[in-house]
Amino acid sequence: MTRLVLSGNYAQSYAARLARVQVISAYPITPQTTIVEQLAKFVSSGELPAQFIKVESEHSALQVCVSAAALGARTYTATSSQGLLLMHELLHWASGMRTPIVMGVVSRSVGPPWSLDADHTDTMSQRDTGWVQIYPESNQEVLDSVLEAFRLAEDLAIRLPVMVAEDAFYLSHTVEPVEVPSQAQVDAFLPPRVPKGTLVPGKATRLGSYVGPADYVRFRREQARAMERVPETLAAIEEDYGRRMGRTYGGLVQEYRTEGADAVLLTMGTASTTARAVVDELRSEGKRVGLARIRVFRPFPAKEVRDLASRVDRLGVMDRSWTFGQMGSAATEVAAAIQSSPRRPRLSSFLAGVGGRDVGTALLREMFRDLLSKEPSGLRWLDMDPPKEVPLHG
Amino acid sequence: MAKLTLPPVELVRSGHSACPGCGPALAMRYLLKGTGERTVVSVPASCWTIIATGYPTTALRLPMIDTPIEATGASISGLRAALDALHMSDVQVVGFAGDGGTVDIGLQSLSGMLERRTDALYVMYDNEAYMNTGIQRSGSTPEGAWTTTTPVEGMARGKGEPKKDIMGIVLAHHPVYAATLNVAYPEDFLRKAQKAASLKGPRFFHVLAPCPPGWKFASDQTVQIGRLATDTGIFPLYEVENGKLRVTRKLGQLKPVRDYIKVQGRFGHLTDAEIDTVEHEVQASWAALLQREARP
Repeated sequence: MTRLVLSGNYAQSYAARLARVQVISAYPITPQTTIVEQLAKFVSSGELPAQFIKVESEHSALQVCVSAAALGARTYTATSSQGLLLMHELLHWASGMRTPIVMGVVSRSVGPPWSLDADHTDTMSQRDTGWVQIYPESNQEVLDSVLEAFRLAEDLAIRLPVMVAEDAFYLSHTVEPVEVPSQAQVDAFLPPRVPKGTLVPGKATRLGSYVGPADYVRFRREQARAMERVPETLAAIEEDYGRRMGRTYGGLVQEYRTEGADAVLLTMGTASTTARAVVDELRSEGKRVGLARIRVFRPFPAKEVRDLASRVDRLGVMDRSWTFGQMGSAATEVAAAIQSSPRRPRLSSFLAGVGGRDVGTALLREMFRDLLSKEPSGLRWLDMDPPKEVPLHG
Repeated sequence: MAKLTLPPVELVRSGHSACPGCGPALAMRYLLKGTGERTVVSVPASCWTIIATGYPTTALRLPMIDTPIEATGASISGLRAALDALHMSDVQVVGFAGDGGTVDIGLQSLSGMLERRTDALYVMYDNEAYMNTGIQRSGSTPEGAWTTTTPVEGMARGKGEPKKDIMGIVLAHHPVYAATLNVAYPEDFLRKAQKAASLKGPRFFHVLAPCPPGWKFASDQTVQIGRLATDTGIFPLYEVENGKLRVTRKLGQLKPVRDYIKVQGRFGHLTDAEIDTVEHEVQASWAALLQREARP
């Protein structure tokens, strides 16, 4: 174990190196670039004996990974925003072919208008493509999640691709101390991939062929079952990781001071850190509030959310994107999860931090104030005023 | 009786589901005789998706991966990367894509694979239209050909634009080896397949693969029409190795293009004057090809 000062992007690169990835393929896009630049250095220096295929598009990057994984290689790619959207078709191929690809995504807004900042529109718009989605909160968690992601993706009961999505700039380009496990520790945690259902040279093997309706629905059901097994499998993987490395993240949903709470806010990614501080402030002021961080969005932690709903009267969900539904994407999922709950708390959907607007303590206090008010809002876009200071380019 | 010069190994199973007289079926069969049993094949959405049959059967005695239509170049880069990473460098990697999947939607991916110097053989089987979806025009459909999206009706005379020069595009990337092949000339086909298999680096085949339902001819005429394509100068057979071009089927006097055009329903509307225009164009391009061959 070494302590290094790493950005979230470098945490991705170090984790991929420690995982001994065999094939990397990527196309540059801001703010993902430093992930692949660092990997290129690792490969060039010989520290990472991998094939790094530099392609002409993200679509090709993911196809390289799909085809390489189809032969049994451990593969990694990274992208962001428009790049993830260009991959859309291949995201379905990767999951439908049950290829255990791990992808780092730097969550960034989607154009137009052009914007490079933190926003979950890119990953949220790909939530229905059959990938597991993990949203870390810190650079440490980025590194740990990528290592867990390989083990989860390659588990023979799962065999699904995994994205580890980190907020643009807040994680991708901000440095903080990160405990980097030793190669021996990672090797013990993550053995080489055991190929199953792969192409075998010299044998009549086939991946991706057409099927009739009866087989199609059967394959989809198998894929759905694999997704259903993720919570239990990930819990076991996390336990093992915790035993070896001394860190865990509480499974799919990480609760904070939810005991006896009147209102709980659900967040994802970096906003959770600020929200935790706000919960402490409000608790010290005698307000009974708590936080629940959705760490894994796919599969959606419906069981955990129902359990939370059985204890709390008011739930608020902060979404860092707008996907043109009835509420924010996460809020919609929460609504569906509590639909079958014996107790249904009042649900509020807050849109904040969209397009990279800062989610500060005042904004989070406003969400809690709204939640605790006599008539909480249903759906609310927060922080719509222009910034008070004059922007330099204005 | 002529001596059988093709290896007896059959890596395409007899139970494939190609149409009678299918040129692309012959193309895969001859190709794999040349590249051998240690070949992995990547096939995008195309006729061969269907010819290779659906789950749980497969028509090849080899590994085959299906991909979306535009992804062949990237797929074969990925296959080669995995084989290198897994220390299986003896395996041949073949991308086997249709003309639409290559000259139109797959051009970027093909260009990327050539530029990356991927050690793989990209085969474009050219039946000159989107045949699997029902005969829509592609960038590789010849000028004047009827397709369902280039009808012959009123003033419309079939496709109004010339065929895309894929060999020109590929050669601009300087592959280690590129060749034109024709399923109607299997010995030439096999020799080129064996040669390609002996080389390392990016390689490209442009294979003429006549399509009876798409070109509108009887299914027992595939080889006859394929031969006419080459012998009229419409589809000359040549190879380019390290930049040096060599015509592999020498022709003295070209046969009249009329012989090729008149036997296909897709050209049935062409007038004598229109056929004469094609004749002139073919004469000129054949002369240009011989000039390129003569260059030192």
